[in-house]
Amino acid sequence: MRFLQPTTWAEALEAKTVHPDAVAIAGGTDVMVAVNFGRLRPAALLDLTRVGELQEWGTEDGVVRLGAGVPYARVITELGDRLPGLAMASRTIGSPQIRNRGTVGGNLATASPAGDAHPALLAADAEVEVASVRGTRTIPISDFYRGVKRSALAADELIAAVRIRPPSGPQQYSKIGTRNAMVIAVAAFGLALHPDRRAVGTGIGSAAPTPRRATAAEDFLAGELASAGLWESRAELPATTAARFGELVASAAAPIDDVRGTAAYRVHALSVMARRTLGWAWTEYRTSKEV
Amino acid sequence: MRLTCTVNGSAQQVDDVWEGESLLYVLRERMGLPGSKNACEQGECGSCTVYLDGVPVCSCLVAAGQAEGRAIGTVEGMGSEETLHPVQQAFLDAGAVQCGFCTPGLLVATDDLVTRSLAAGAPPADAEIREALAGNLCRCTGYEKILDAVKLAAQRMAAPTTGAPR
Ligand SMILES: Cc1cc2nc3c(=O)[nH]c(=O)nc-3n(C[C@H](O)[C@H](O)[C@H](O)COP(=O)(O)OP(=O)(O)OC[C@H]3O[C@@H](n4cnc5c(N)ncnc54)[C@H](O)[C@@H]3O)c2cc1C
Ligand code: FES
Ligand code: FES
Repeated sequence: MRFLQPTTWAEALEAKTVHPDAVAIAGGTDVMVAVNFGRLRPAALLDLTRVGELQEWGTEDGVVRLGAGVPYARVITELGDRLPGLAMASRTIGSPQIRNRGTVGGNLATASPAGDAHPALLAADAEVEVASVRGTRTIPISDFYRGVKRSALAADELIAAVRIRPPSGPQQYSKIGTRNAMVIAVAAFGLALHPDRRAVGTGIGSAAPTPRRATAAEDFLAGELASAGLWESRAELPATTAARFGELVASAAAPIDDVRGTAAYRVHALSVMARRTLGWAWTEYRTSKEV
Repeated sequence: MRLTCTVNGSAQQVDDVWEGESLLYVLRERMGLPGSKNACEQGECGSCTVYLDGVPVCSCLVAAGQAEGRAIGTVEGMGSEETLHPVQQAFLDAGAVQCGFCTPGLLVATDDLVTRSLAAGAPPADAEIREALAGNLCRCTGYEKILDAVKLAAQRMAAPTTGAPR
């Protein structure tokens, strides 16, 4: 095994082209588990923790560009106000030790249906910036997930950053597990209200082969809010609307039975999480000042 | 490959490190520092917690080469047998150590929590302690004595002048 340790982004991309079978390692919280248990013996490890560009975040034209190597602990402390949905999801991940190392880039590349960043990124309409020596391209988040633990990333590509527009309205994240820490989600749900464009964003986790949006639920709720003039009036949300939203979110899922829960439980949990997160988000919207 | 880093303030260099090896393995098997414990090798138990450039991490999930040139702090650096670190003394006094396997990781995690809390102006509240130690499993104590120990450590570290001068 080789250990490649580039210090610049250009060197990292060069290394990935010369050694396409090298496995990138950032926080190591997925990679090292597999190596420790003998499930992964790559020809080379490509350490990305020395690449300064990946450890930074900034704002470009009002959009946050979050370097793929920024650990969750920093997303929580430095970006809680700009990226509330992703920060909420980050708080549920693993333990403090895991959040000190694990990164959004690693979560994306692993592309587990249970990864906690995904529902928040889907709800916020994030974009993934990937690059190789061939150039850089931007992938809308809903095109990124291609199957169970498969993504749109090519063999010579690395993830540079995710781009997320700070919210114009409330965001929420909800996750079901057996404990308050250190759990892989039984089911998870991310919600974002986008009053600026009169739209609704959703993300479902752990309840389909890939993370996915509940587009019918998004369209339904945006339609109801518009036709009843609720974006403007900020009046109370009818209980029937919230309940229907929950049903539509649940019907977008395609879960399986596994050790963590049954498909039926996941569907039920999603409808409850969708209804509740909508209640919390709407209350926040009603009580927030007009912008 | 060769690995050069600083452990508990002293420069260390080891050769013939396998590229897929964890920092935990290097510490225990190559540097003679078995304080950090190996219980799960998958980030679940926290018994291998060390400081990496001042940040608590599971050393079983750090690839050895990622520690190149970095500063590592382990339980061996916290106190000596003659003069225990206040966190170590508090764990003993509160009865928070039974088999002791979880203790080194908990000591590092507690030291980090208490140091950060006191720097921010107040000892950690119960909820903060539970949150900060959520990644450290103990199969013996039932955690109550560990909570007591953290509070005792915070109290003593906030008022280091009480008791014998050090
Ligand atoms: C104890 C424990 C608890 C956990 N709890 C949770 C949880 O609650 N929720 C959750 O979602 N996950 C959880 N995880 C999984 C893991 O922490 C996350 O998936 C994390 O985001 C992985 O990030 P990393 O930087 O550690 O990735 P690494 O392990 O370094 O890499 C993961 C994958 O991403 C690739 N990769 C990394 N960076 C890049 C890049 N820039 N470009 C291209 N490929 C890249 C690697 O090659 C590898 O395939 C847990 C893991 C452990 C060990
Ligand atoms: S041995 Fe590292 S967390 Fe358990
Ligand atoms: S004292 Fe035995 S595991 Fe904690």
